[in-house]
Amino acid sequence: MSNILECSSLVKKYGTKTALSEIDLIIEPGHITGLLGPNGSGKSTLIKLINGLLVPDSGVIRINGMTPDVDTKKIVSYLPERTYLDNSLKVKDIISFFEDFYDNFNKEKAYDMLNHLKINANDSLRKMSKGTKEKVQLILVMSRDAKLYCLDEPIAGVDPAARDYILNTIISNYNENASIIISTHLISDIENILDEILFINQGKITLKSTVDEIRFQEGKSVDALFREVFKC
Amino acid sequence: MTWNLNSDRPIYSQLIDKLKIDIIAGVYKAGDKIPSVRELASDASVNPNTMQKALAELERDGLVYSQRTSGRFITEDQEMIKHVKNQLAIEQITEFFEKMKQLGYKREETMQLIECALRGKENE
Repeated sequence: MSNILECSSLVKKYGTKTALSEIDLIIEPGHITGLLGPNGSGKSTLIKLINGLLVPDSGVIRINGMTPDVDTKKIVSYLPERTYLDNSLKVKDIISFFEDFYDNFNKEKAYDMLNHLKINANDSLRKMSKGTKEKVQLILVMSRDAKLYCLDEPIAGVDPAARDYILNTIISNYNENASIIISTHLISDIENILDEILFINQGKITLKSTVDEIRFQEGKSVDALFREVFKC
Repeated sequence: MTWNLNSDRPIYSQLIDKLKIDIIAGVYKAGDKIPSVRELASDASVNPNTMQKALAELERDGLVYSQRTSGRFITEDQEMIKHVKNQLAIEQITEFFEKMKQLGYKREETMQLIECALRGKENE
């Protein structure tokens, strides 16, 4: 079985600024990986490369053995940092849109999650708070039966109770062969659901480990280690 | 069920402890079927792979066994459950004496204090 994500010597520059330098990375199926790093460390750049929104300057990136293109977008479900949805649309219209757009979109799953979070499908996005909009987006992304989920800051604006529900949806919904990459600053909220963690700093991966390895070796949480390593 | 996981010990060993206590306390009785990895993981809000690892260890210890198609069950060996119970009790006691030592108490003094504390409780 090929790895869901493989990067080798991956480089991305913005002009003279190097955003990612010589990234080597493999993500296997069935893993939840936390992409953790301070602001401007290259997290979103990596996620954008995975989704074909950026093209590498050099090096190789493969999704399920393929270079990012139309075919990889079928198997990658992406939650971007900022919304691309039209504010005037109602949730139910967006759902139809997604159903039309993606073969692997599961409408029942989406409605089920909306009900749980008490979101009315007849409401338009414009009427919703920032947090509710984020929930809608995450529901849309998690309702696809994808091989790789890329979640860029998925829970930042969401209240703690809904956060718990969302994390639970993530662990109970993804299938065993799918992988998830989550970039976040809310480490202590999500570390219990992660398999692997990647520390990324100034465009380089500085640590690849598992949550339990870190706790075992360091006697502290990933959150505590992060605060120590990236102390300002 | 609350799992009360803390943030500095490995998650999987905390899951093992919690499951052991549930077995000892009779939340799961000898011979009971236990929920699936996914259900337990979701209940504890942890990664299913971590839960799987914890259950595999309990299986190695013989506290649970799996039947190929029908899932995992608690051992029917009451002796083994009792043994694990004693083991956990001894761990607690050792830890307690260790803490008392840090406070500067010798073993005998600690024992006396225990007596004292128990009597105090009775008189309440």
